[in-house]
Amino acid sequence: MDIILIAVIALLGLALVFGLLLGFASVRFRVEGNPLVDQIDGILPQTQCGQCGYPGCRPYAEAISEGDAINKCPPGGQSTVEALADLLDVEAIPLEGGVEEEPVKKVAYIREDECIGCTKCIQACPVDAILGAAKQMHTVIESECTGCDLCVEPCPVDCIDMLPIETTLNTWKWDMPKPGVDLIVTDLRGELKQGDAA
Amino acid sequence: MSTQFSFHGGVHPPENKRQSTGGPIQIAPIPEQLSVPLSQHIGAPSDVVVAVGDRVLKGQVIAEAVGRISVNVHAPSSGVVEAIEARPVPHSSGMTAPSIVIRTDGEDEWVEHSGLEDFRAIPKQELIDFIRHHGISGMGGAGFPTDVKLHLGDDHIVNTLILNAMECEPYITADDMLLREHAEQVVKGIEVIAHLLQPHHVMIGIEDNKPQAIRALELATEQSKLNLDIVVVPTVYPSGGEKQLIKLLTGVEVPSGHIPADVGIVCQNVGTASAIYDAVYNGIPLISRIVTLTGDALGHPHNMRALIGTPLQTLLQSAQLREKDLYRLVIGGPMMGFTVDSQSIPLIKTTNCVIAATYNEMPPAPPANPCIRCGMCEQVCPAELLPQQLHWFAKGKEFEKAKHHNLFDCIECGACSYVCPSNIPLVQYYRFAKAEIRNEEAEQRKADHARQRFEARQARLEQEKLEKELRRKQRAEEAAKAQAVKKDKAVQNSEKAESSGEPDLKSLKTASAVARTKLKKAQKALQLAEDKGVGDIDKLRQTVTELEAKERAAQEAYDQAQSAPAEQPVVDIQQLKTNAAVARTKLKQAEKALAKAKESGEGDLEALRAKLAEQKAKTEAAQAAYDQAESGGAPQADVNAVNLDELKASMETALGKVDKAQKALDAAVASGSPAVEKMKAGVEKLQGKYKEAKAEYENAQSAPASAPVMSAETLAELKADMEAIQGKVEKAQKALDAAVSSGSPAVEKMKAGVEKLQGKYKEAKAEYENAQSAPASAPVVSAETLAELKSDMEAMQGKVEKAQKALDAATASGSPAADKMKAGVEKLQGKYNELKQAFLEAGGQLPAAQPDAAPVDPKTLKQTVSIVRTKLKKAQAALDGAADDVELQTEVQRLTQAHEVAKKALDTYESEQNDKAAAEGIDLKQLKIDAAMARAAVTKAERALSKAREAEQDDLPEIEQQLLAAQLEAENLNQTLSRFTD
Amino acid sequence: MALIRTSSPHLHKASSTSDVMRLVVMATLPGLAAMTFFFGWGTLINVVWACLLAVGFEATIIKIRKRPLGFYLKDYSAVVTALLLGLALPPFVPWWVTLVGVFVAIVVAKHLYGGLGQNPFNPAMVAYALLLVSFPVQMTSWTAPFVLNGEGDSWNILGFVDTFKLIFGSLDSAIVDTYTGATPLDAMRHRGGLTTEEVWSSVPVLADGIGAWHAVSAAYFMGGVFLIYRKVFTIHTPAAMLITLAVTSTLFYLVDPYNYADPFFHLTAGATMLGAFFIATDPVTSATSNKGKVVFGIGIGLLIYIIRGWGGYPDAVAFAVLLMNLAAPFIDQYTQPRSYGHAKAKRGLKGEV
Repeated sequence: MDIILIAVIALLGLALVFGLLLGFASVRFRVEGNPLVDQIDGILPQTQCGQCGYPGCRPYAEAISEGDAINKCPPGGQSTVEALADLLDVEAIPLEGGVEEEPVKKVAYIREDECIGCTKCIQACPVDAILGAAKQMHTVIESECTGCDLCVEPCPVDCIDMLPIETTLNTWKWDMPKPGVDLIVTDLRGELKQGDAA
Repeated sequence: MSTQFSFHGGVHPPENKRQSTGGPIQIAPIPEQLSVPLSQHIGAPSDVVVAVGDRVLKGQVIAEAVGRISVNVHAPSSGVVEAIEARPVPHSSGMTAPSIVIRTDGEDEWVEHSGLEDFRAIPKQELIDFIRHHGISGMGGAGFPTDVKLHLGDDHIVNTLILNAMECEPYITADDMLLREHAEQVVKGIEVIAHLLQPHHVMIGIEDNKPQAIRALELATEQSKLNLDIVVVPTVYPSGGEKQLIKLLTGVEVPSGHIPADVGIVCQNVGTASAIYDAVYNGIPLISRIVTLTGDALGHPHNMRALIGTPLQTLLQSAQLREKDLYRLVIGGPMMGFTVDSQSIPLIKTTNCVIAATYNEMPPAPPANPCIRCGMCEQVCPAELLPQQLHWFAKGKEFEKAKHHNLFDCIECGACSYVCPSNIPLVQYYRFAKAEIRNEEAEQRKADHARQRFEARQARLEQEKLEKELRRKQRAEEAAKAQAVKKDKAVQNSEKAESSGEPDLKSLKTASAVARTKLKKAQKALQLAEDKGVGDIDKLRQTVTELEAKERAAQEAYDQAQSAPAEQPVVDIQQLKTNAAVARTKLKQAEKALAKAKESGEGDLEALRAKLAEQKAKTEAAQAAYDQAESGGAPQADVNAVNLDELKASMETALGKVDKAQKALDAAVASGSPAVEKMKAGVEKLQGKYKEAKAEYENAQSAPASAPVMSAETLAELKADMEAIQGKVEKAQKALDAAVSSGSPAVEKMKAGVEKLQGKYKEAKAEYENAQSAPASAPVVSAETLAELKSDMEAMQGKVEKAQKALDAATASGSPAADKMKAGVEKLQGKYNELKQAFLEAGGQLPAAQPDAAPVDPKTLKQTVSIVRTKLKKAQAALDGAADDVELQTEVQRLTQAHEVAKKALDTYESEQNDKAAAEGIDLKQLKIDAAMARAAVTKAERALSKAREAEQDDLPEIEQQLLAAQLEAENLNQTLSRFTD
Repeated sequence: MALIRTSSPHLHKASSTSDVMRLVVMATLPGLAAMTFFFGWGTLINVVWACLLAVGFEATIIKIRKRPLGFYLKDYSAVVTALLLGLALPPFVPWWVTLVGVFVAIVVAKHLYGGLGQNPFNPAMVAYALLLVSFPVQMTSWTAPFVLNGEGDSWNILGFVDTFKLIFGSLDSAIVDTYTGATPLDAMRHRGGLTTEEVWSSVPVLADGIGAWHAVSAAYFMGGVFLIYRKVFTIHTPAAMLITLAVTSTLFYLVDPYNYADPFFHLTAGATMLGAFFIATDPVTSATSNKGKVVFGIGIGLLIYIIRGWGGYPDAVAFAVLLMNLAAPFIDQYTQPRSYGHAKAKRGLKGEV
């Protein structure tokens, strides 16, 4: 009887001590906000395009932190999915809808002759990258455009094009060399012949 | 002085320098066309200052420096600017860039130019600007504008000036040949640089494989007063790399991410020194340079002084290019140079060497073996990196790790690739990784920027929303206040009017309009039924009759209420004023008509006069009411009384006139006067007038009694309306629920619709409740009175029938009294009708009014129509696909019918809607505009009010009045509008 | 002809992976010769047999992986692996032991990890260790050097044909017994309470046969020096390993010469030299930077001494190398060289979660 009593008391005491400890810790080491959301938000491309089904990148980041799929960001492409998988330590899954792996970066361009100055695109732009006033021609500030596509839909005269960003001498870059040896035989035949001749 | 230091790694590829040092530097021919790129240096491209078609002289500035890091571009020879367009430039990408194309005239005519007399005599800044204006940028590697480097003395302590004559890359001999032939010019150029930078020590670093150049330099520097050393170092690639050279000559390492000037060292190429000499001493801008033309595909490899912009083709041809052997065209050295795929590419300021290599000389790299981490690359890396690790990271796109392994300290010298036994294109991996990292960083910056902008926008929208909300609240408050004021007034009015218990004018109007509409509907239905001969015509007829009665009653009630000043509870001063004005106008009109009649001696002067008098009285009454209201005072009852008296008087006058006229008529009839007809009409007219006057009087008198009855009528109407709306709301709610559960995209819209309906329902309900709670609204009509009324009515009916019969008989016998009798019958009939009406009004329940057709929801109708149409179209399309399908055909027919039915229903509804509007003589569009204007006026008034409040202006009450008036009008209009727009 | 566009550099040193491998093969030849001279034809037959097996396995697996056959076979890496395994195996080991070993080395330890350049462990040593724990009898019956066989100084070894028959299993093992004997390390390990001095004088393989081991070690050493001269690998790993082994054994020897063997014995006995120059220097599985290689070498040296002194197996090169293979990535993280322009070398590996 005594032993049982002692055991119970001891357990209760322990529970009390640990409870206090945990309570103290939760107050003392409380983390303001959700740092994970910030990290996720940092990886997302911030196009604010809403293609994930959330109104902007941050809401999606919050959704991811609460367990939503990481493959809903077409502008970020597979690399974003992989970065998220890395961060969250989950399996990298293919992009939803199986779209192109690395999306071509685009910017909106307003065919200015056709613009009627309705300001609808201005209201749609999540980053205020469109300039113009009612009945005045609008234009896109290219450097601010995230290529989110959101202005294309509202345009009543369809005068907005999404144009791929052109490579200039300054932005041109070398590709990754083709990993010759990892190609399978059929792919390599041509190159091999050249190599053999050398 | 020998080497004291060394750098890590390095390789020693075959030098291949002898081929091109065989002969002296030759002058290249002037090509027909020069293509001068605007960006031959690091920094901003220069700005074109010539136009197409301009003639330019040799040495003339054709593009000016833009910004801090930029230099001028000069015409290399005289000629005409042929084009300014994108042309291929020497770049690994093989892309084009803006260039100025000059068609040379072969005269090579110089622009006026001269060097400086004594560069030491002018301020340093001027000298530096002079160099900048002469287009001098680094000629060894990247083409960094030289003047920027010459400024380094301003904010750095420059201890050592290092002249780079290493030329460590294989094949290249341009600097070697320059030193061999023009060492004294180079030394003079060095003196200019030294003058600007004031270093303690000048070092010329040169590899030991150029003995002739070393000797020439030694000779040239013998007389120099500079503290100058020629440091001969062993030949190891890449000793000519700036950082490696500094380490080699001074033992100092340039910290990562810093420039040599941070450790007190400035490096210049000997070619640059020679260009500075040309500029400072001779005023010759940088329009030509020495270039090594070499490679196994050339028959005569040698060095040439060629104009900037000369196509490689011209140069290669003068070096006897064997076209068929050419496999790879390299610009720069074989270790760091880049290949180009066209011979039309021009020579630029940084092009020190062109290698036309054969296949055997520079075979394509064999396919790469896997990396076996042999570490040879690490042994040769002059930056002491771990190239194989970087390779793994680049390949795996682990850029963070690559950065951690100092990827950005890689100078891309190519030593690692050179030694790699697995033939891995390591440098390309690093270039790829660097570009990706830069790209990622740029994207990250852009993303951060976008996020900032997005958040700023969100904050702004939020703010706007808040402000809007605030404004809305303010408005609501004001409206509530105004409402309260109005209510107070209404209460006052209703208190005043309690004795008369008059219903709300507005509601009466509405009720009458509703009644009218219903009547029309019923009539139409009846007509339809009659036309087609189907349906319960009798029933319909009955309905129509009832409705007619109702409508009349409503109209009368409304007229009464309107004509009774006391029954204008919410009419404000302005309204009164308007009324008064209207009355005055009418009076004037009547006066005019009277005068006219007098003049012509025609018409019923008497009647006109009476009318005039009546009008006068009305005007006076209106004016009085207005005056009273304005003065804020006299009880309305007085007005009422005055009016009553007036009415009575006018009635009596009319009666007298009628009697008189009747007598005259009788006499005329008896005498067989031809004016009988006319007189008859006049009498009838007068009689009508009399009746009117009488009715008016009676109405005015009996108003207190009749109003409650009307009220009850209105109440029922209101209730019906309310229930109808409730039904609609429920229906809409159901539809919304269905839509929500099915995820339909129209949910938002439907929701809004439901909310609207709910609002309407509430309004109707409120109206109903108001009406119900209105004092003396419930008529207390006892059964007795009803029975009495009924019997009266029946008796009257009997009399009418009798009279009718008598009349018929008289007519048949040709009795002259027929006319009189007719009149009598009519009178009787009128009485009967009156009685019947009274009965109906009192009882109400006798013949239950035919319930209205279920309220038609236009939206539903429209939807039905479009749904059916879509179905029909689909079916038709299907039918087109399978023409023989009988089932489909029947389906189509069925759908066509359904479509027609729905369409008809919609059309009916729409025409009804139009009719409704037209019936009231209201132009819907105009109404809408008016309503909007009124709303705007309200807003305006509100704003003015709030402004006035803020400013504590004196005219506050006035503005408040205005606001009230505007609100009232807006409300009125809105209500009318809402009847038609739903 | 269209001009090509490629990344710099446009010159390439005339060396390739196969050249490197060929040099390694050449460098083992003196050792192979010495082994054959002192221990009979067994080693030679083993080496050839192993090489044939290795090429066969390599070809098969490359075919299965659908990679270009000629391209991969040309790099000689399979041959080098087989050669090293063959040299490490006892001369008279049965054919199937070699087969299992080569299979493990080529298929399991190399290709299952992704092929050349991807394997974390030295394939030859993986195979050796596996064989040692699986077939201890076959793997520990070593051949006695010829000086111990028969009389005098005559070159008395088992004939080539007999050796062939022995290995392929059709020779009476009774004949073989006269040619087998313990290795010096075995003798030293199982000395049964004798002091080192007593062992040296009493056990024949130490008293008379040690010269053969010295000679073989000298041959490997020569091959190693040749490779260093040809810059196939740097001196760091072998030097660090040998010096560590020497210093450690010297320390123990000085403290207690009766119980611990002298440093020269440790350096020359068993597979020390083979390991130092041919196994530990395998670039794929060793540390990367020069500093790292030194640490790597020191680790192997220490582990060899520890395992030889206190472990369960007489020789320790295979285990020591494998253990250090495991540690190589870790060493790499902490031994990055100081790059040009940096005050300090970076540590650790960024980007690793």
